[in-house]
Amino acid sequence: MTKRLLTAALLFSVSVIPAFAAKTSLVVGMPIEPPGLDPTVAAPVAIREVTWVNLYEGLVRIDRTGKVQPLLAKSWEVSPDGLTYTFRLQEGVKFHDGSAFDSADVKFAFDRARDPKSTNAQKQIFAPIASIETPDPATVVIKLKETSGNFLYYLGWGDAVIVAPETAAGNAANPVGTGPFKFKSWTRGDRVELVRNPDYWQKDKIKLDSVTFRFINDAQAQVAALKAGDVDAFSNLGAPELFAEFQKDARFKAVAGNTEGEVVAGMNNAKKPFDDVRVRRALMHAVDRKALVDGAYSGFGQPIGSFFSPNQPAFVDTTNVIPYDVEKAKALLKEAGYGNGLSITIKSPQMAYASRSAELLSAMMAEVGVDLKIIPTEFPAKWIEEVFKNKDYDVTIVAHTEPLDIDIFARDNYYFNYKNDRFKAVVAEAAKTTDEKARYAKYAEAQKILAEDVPALFLFQLPKLGVWNAKVQGLWENSPIPSNDVTEVSWSE
Amino acid sequence: MLRLVISRLVSLAVTLLAVSLAIFLIMEVLPGDPAAIMLGTAAREDTLAALRQELGLDQPALVRYLEWIGGLMHGDLGQSITYKMPVSTLVAERMNVTLPLSLLAILISTALALPLGVAAASRRDGAVDRAVLVFSQLGVAVPNFWIGLLFILFFSTWLGWFPAGGFPGWSSGIWPAFQALLLPALALALPQAAVLTRVTRSATLEVIGADFVRTARAKGVDKGGTLRRHVVPNALIPVTTILGLQLSFFFGGAILVENVFNLPGLGRLAYQALNQRDLVVIKDIVLIFSGLVIVVNFIVDIGYALLDPRLRGRS
Repeated sequence: MTKRLLTAALLFSVSVIPAFAAKTSLVVGMPIEPPGLDPTVAAPVAIREVTWVNLYEGLVRIDRTGKVQPLLAKSWEVSPDGLTYTFRLQEGVKFHDGSAFDSADVKFAFDRARDPKSTNAQKQIFAPIASIETPDPATVVIKLKETSGNFLYYLGWGDAVIVAPETAAGNAANPVGTGPFKFKSWTRGDRVELVRNPDYWQKDKIKLDSVTFRFINDAQAQVAALKAGDVDAFSNLGAPELFAEFQKDARFKAVAGNTEGEVVAGMNNAKKPFDDVRVRRALMHAVDRKALVDGAYSGFGQPIGSFFSPNQPAFVDTTNVIPYDVEKAKALLKEAGYGNGLSITIKSPQMAYASRSAELLSAMMAEVGVDLKIIPTEFPAKWIEEVFKNKDYDVTIVAHTEPLDIDIFARDNYYFNYKNDRFKAVVAEAAKTTDEKARYAKYAEAQKILAEDVPALFLFQLPKLGVWNAKVQGLWENSPIPSNDVTEVSWSE
Repeated sequence: MLRLVISRLVSLAVTLLAVSLAIFLIMEVLPGDPAAIMLGTAAREDTLAALRQELGLDQPALVRYLEWIGGLMHGDLGQSITYKMPVSTLVAERMNVTLPLSLLAILISTALALPLGVAAASRRDGAVDRAVLVFSQLGVAVPNFWIGLLFILFFSTWLGWFPAGGFPGWSSGIWPAFQALLLPALALALPQAAVLTRVTRSATLEVIGADFVRTARAKGVDKGGTLRRHVVPNALIPVTTILGLQLSFFFGGAILVENVFNLPGLGRLAYQALNQRDLVVIKDIVLIFSGLVIVVNFIVDIGYALLDPRLRGRS
C-alpha cells in the first residue's frame, strides 16, 4: 500500500516539473517573519535575512567567508593615522524608485542612523564618526574621533545600508534600496516577494528573476514544506533531529555550517555563589559539551570554550582551558565551601535548543552535587523583562547571534553582571587597533580571559542547518552575518 | 420580537464595553515591555528610550485606554507596534483567511454531524449507530492540531495533493486558495463534528420518544415523514445551542490549526502579537474574538425565537 502511494506521489511530482529550462525563481523558507523591511531602524535578525544585499546595499559587504568586500564603494583609502576614510563610490547606481545614488545619500543614511532619535539597533557602529563630508557626488570622506579597527567591517552590516532621503521613512513597509531585487509584495504572515531589478548596476551577475521568502515557524511544517516542494531552501532548519534524514536524501543538499550564535549559560556574576570564580569554573568542569551537543542539537553544533565564532578570523580554540572533569569540579566546589552541595536555578526559554540544554545541564550538575532547578521562562517577553532587564536570575541560557559581540562581556549593566577591568581594556584596545594582526592578537587574548574566568558557561556554537533542493547553487553554507544572500544563486540544468 | 432584539442588543453593547476594560487591564499586568522585546539583546538605554517614545509607551494607562476606546468609536483600531501599519488593515487581511476557514469548517461539521446523528438515532443500537459512536468518540478525543499534522503528512508530504501549509492569497484564484483551506478546515471541523453528532443523536432520540411523534406514527405517517416533519425540526433547537457555543471553539481552534498549517489568519496574528507583545494588536484581536462570540450568541438567541414560537413571547 505504502509502495503504491509512494509511486503515485512520485509520478505526480514528476508530471508537474517541466523537464526543460532551468528555473529562475527561488522560494526561501525562514522561521520568523520580519516585523518590517527596514534593517536600519529595528533589531530583529529576520529583517536582515530578507533584505541584506538582496534589497539594500551598503558601502561594503561581508562575503561568505566573513571578509569585507567593496560594494557601493568601489575603493577606499584610510589615512595613516587611521582617522580619515575616503570612499570612492560606484557611479550610475540607481535606487529602485529611479533616483540616482550619490554621496549625499551616504551622508543622509549615516546621519539618520546616528541621530539621537534614531532607533538603529547598532548605533555604536556610527559612534566613532566625527564628520561626514561629500566633496563630490562620487566621494565620501568620513572622519573619525578615534581609530576603529572594525569600522569597515561594521559598515558591511545591515544596520549600515544606504537608504535615500525621499524614501527612507517608508522603507519598513515599502523598501527602496539599490540592490539586485526590488520589493514586489508582502502577504503579511505568509510571504515577501521580490523581483529582479532591471536597472541593477551589476545586472549580468544576477541569475534569478524572483525570490519569495516564506515564513514557516513550526519545524515539522518546515520539513513538510521542503518535502512537498513548496519551499526550495531553508537556510536554517528548525529541527536538528530531522536534518540527518535530508543528508541521506539525494533530492536535497543538506549542509551543517556555522552561525554567529553562541549558546551560553549566563551566570549572574554579581550574585552568590557565582561571584566566586572557583564555583564558575567548577560548573564549567561539570559540563560535557560533546554530550550536550549530541543531546540538544543532534550532534551538529560545535563545542566552544569562549565567546567567539569559528567564522571569525580571530577565533582561537579554547575548549581545553576548562575541560570536562567531574573530579576537578567536585574538588573546586569543596574548596569554595560547597562540598555538601549547592542549589541553584536556571531560567530556560522555550526554544528547543535551550530547554533541551537546560535539562542536560541539570543532569550533569547533579553528578557534581549541584541541584539545578529549571524555571521555564517565555522568550522573548518574560526573559527580556526578568533576566535581561531586571537581572533576576541565577543561571540562564540563550544564544547570542550578533557577529563579533564579545564586547557584551565588557558592557556595564549587561545581564551577566560581569566586571573585569583587564578584559574591558583588552576589548577596547582590540576595537581601536587598525592593524589586522595586532587586532586579532587582542581578540585572542580576550577569548582566553573569558575561557579562564567563565562569566558564562560556554556551551556550543549553533550550526546553520541548511537544506535546499540539490539543483540550487550559490547559497551560503556558513552565516558570518545574518542574511539569506541570494545574489549568487542559480538553478542547475 | 422587536423587544427581544432590542434588549439583547443593549446587553451586547454593555458586555463589549466590560470586555474591553478587562482586556486592557490584563494587558497592563502582562509582563514584558514591547520596546525592550523589539530591541532584544541589542537594547541600549538610548535606543530603548527613543523607541518607547516613538511607540507612545511613555503615556499613562488611562490616557492610552481612552485613546483606544475613542479610536474604536471612530473605527480606528490603532497602529501595530511591530508591523507599524494600521491594525484594521492587518485584521482585514487576516479575516480573508480566518472567516472562510471557519465558515468552511462549520459547513463541513454540520454537513457531517446532522445526517450522521439523525441516522444513528433512527437506527438505535444498529451497526450505523455503533459506527457513529466510535467515530464520534475518536473525534472528541483527538485534538485538531494533531489531525492537522496527520493530514499534512498523508495528503501533502506523501501524496502531494495539497500544499503543506501557507496561503497563496485569493488573488491566486479560487481553487488554489480553497485547496490551501480545505485540510485545515477539515482538521478544525472533525472534533467539532464529533461533538455535534453526539448532540444531534441524543436530541433526536429524545424527540423520537416524545408523545406527539407516537401520535403522528399512529395516525399513519411513515417513518421518514415523521423524521422530516416532526423529529428533526424539534431536535434542531438543542443542536443550534451547541453550534453557537462551538463557534467560539472554531475561533480558538483556528489559532492552533492556523499555526500548524502556517495560515496567515487572525489566530496566527494573535499568537505572533502575543509573542512580540504587540499590545495594540492583541487588545484589538481579543476584542474582535470576544465581539464575534457575543454577536454569535445574539444570533443564536434570535434563532431560537424563530425556531421555537413559544420563546417569542418571553423577555
